[in-house]
Amino acid sequence: MEFREQWIAFMTLLRKEIRRFTRIWVQTLLPPAITMALYFVIFGKLIGSRIGDMGGFDYIQFVVPGLIMMAVLTNSYSNVSSSFFSAKFQKSIEELLVSPTPNYIILLGYCLGGVARGLAVGVAVTILSLFFTDLPIYSWVITVSIVILTAVLFALAGFINAMFANTFDDISIVPTFVLTPLTYLGGVFFSIDLLSEFWQGVAQLNPILYMVNAFRYGMLGVSDVNIGLAFGGLVLCVIVLFAVGLHLLKNGKRLRA
Amino acid sequence: MSETDIMTAALSIRNLTKVYGSGFHALKGISLEVQPGDFFALLGPNGAGKSTTIGILCSLVRKTEGEVEIFGHNIDTHFSQAKKEVGIVPQEFNFSQFEKVQDIVLQQGGFYGLPKRTAIVQTEKYLKKLGLWDKRDTPARMLSGGMKRRLMIARALVHEPKLLILDEPTAGVDIELRRSMWEFLREINAAGTTIILTTHYLEEAESLCRHVAIIDQGRIVKNTTIRSLLKELSREVFIFDCADSVWEAPQIDGFTTHLLDEHSFEVDVQKGQSLNRVFEALSEQGLNIVSMRNKANRLEELFVAMTGNGQPADDQTDNEEAPAAESSTGGNRRGV
Repeated sequence: MEFREQWIAFMTLLRKEIRRFTRIWVQTLLPPAITMALYFVIFGKLIGSRIGDMGGFDYIQFVVPGLIMMAVLTNSYSNVSSSFFSAKFQKSIEELLVSPTPNYIILLGYCLGGVARGLAVGVAVTILSLFFTDLPIYSWVITVSIVILTAVLFALAGFINAMFANTFDDISIVPTFVLTPLTYLGGVFFSIDLLSEFWQGVAQLNPILYMVNAFRYGMLGVSDVNIGLAFGGLVLCVIVLFAVGLHLLKNGKRLRA
Repeated sequence: MSETDIMTAALSIRNLTKVYGSGFHALKGISLEVQPGDFFALLGPNGAGKSTTIGILCSLVRKTEGEVEIFGHNIDTHFSQAKKEVGIVPQEFNFSQFEKVQDIVLQQGGFYGLPKRTAIVQTEKYLKKLGLWDKRDTPARMLSGGMKRRLMIARALVHEPKLLILDEPTAGVDIELRRSMWEFLREINAAGTTIILTTHYLEEAESLCRHVAIIDQGRIVKNTTIRSLLKELSREVFIFDCADSVWEAPQIDGFTTHLLDEHSFEVDVQKGQSLNRVFEALSEQGLNIVSMRNKANRLEELFVAMTGNGQPADDQTDNEEAPAAESSTGGNRRGV
């Protein structure tokens, strides 16, 4: 397949993915916006006003970057896991598998579809947050690059989850039992300075802590973790998960008998 | 069609073997060639290896051993070129039920790298040819079964492949639609598209195809022209309808006869026997024959003899996810 044809195939898949989540926006875009608005009201205004400063900022300013990141990563993940699993379930994935579209285009198309939804939700949540507080941007480059890398990483993770899933339950197990606890314990609502030394060590094993803090650093200029380590770890994880995704597409017995 | 195409087989399969993870030996070294422009039938009972073969051709199943070339392009080394030459119509509906008819076909064009303008033109062309243009904005789940089958044909043709593979395209389709699909397939075959068809309905193969391969238990047991195959018939049964009532089967020297009901009986005709003798005898006995027809047994009889497939298909070991053989749905349809 020539490069131009590959580009057409990629854009076709990406448009299809974006059309899918915008067609069902009531299920995909609206709920996270409502949930995050509730977080802003409850944790930001009602409870946050009694907590006082955290990391040198109002609590709501501290918590908003974490909530934006939480919305981005969960939506990137769930978009790809549900879309790819549905395609497997309905066998419409065969439309792609019988075509000359290369595997890396299939992976990129699904992944960037998830990134598009993650970022769309992220933008919506950011706009909503502006009704509750001012958001300074310490570094646009760090803010944008971290949010994109995180969206890519979780979209790839969603793809791998969908590849292994045999039932719709299988694509909700990881978000419920792994992603949500790690996100809540990943420094979204608190600085790990509040934890004892032992639990600070444990918290530093949580990869989401690095993403949330790197993103918060981009916006507020404060972080509990080393930003270089967060960037390096993210890039490495993206490369590893992309390679795993490609391997599964090529050799995965769940797609080809 | 270029000169190169005429020289090169549309499909060349050599020593194709497939062993599934469960250990089931679905294909045991089959070899097959289909020439450009042919209308080729691949017949066989459930679990014979038809769907596995087609799965390998369109890369949904990984072969264990063997070589496959499509218009000279090896599916291992030149998979992209090979895939561009093929359009596939699978047995089961495999499109998103929530998308619109037009989007499904357009997207498939995109996956084959067709520029948007070309994809739009081809989509309109094939949706119109298959009578789906009025339904272009309808979600696929709202279509009838026959429409869904036509949608899969339009989708398979949008990139105008030189080889069209149809895996039981008329299973569960009513007579009228089946006939119109046959006409359409004849039309695109006449226009140069090579067609490979798997079917349980032998009447379909007999009506459409020029060549046939019968596959059984992972092996090709026959690969010839339909005409040659029919010549191998050793016996045919004809049913005669009388104007008046008959109370017993007429006696005809050298022929076996059976009474069916008070107006009809059947006569076994062995290879080499003349029907003139039958008519003479019936005339001498004063029987007024108003019609005569061939009992539905021609290819079916050969098929059963070659595959030993007298038992219901469901009884056979089957590692493929092929549906059970469908029974006769009316008219002259013959299911095996």
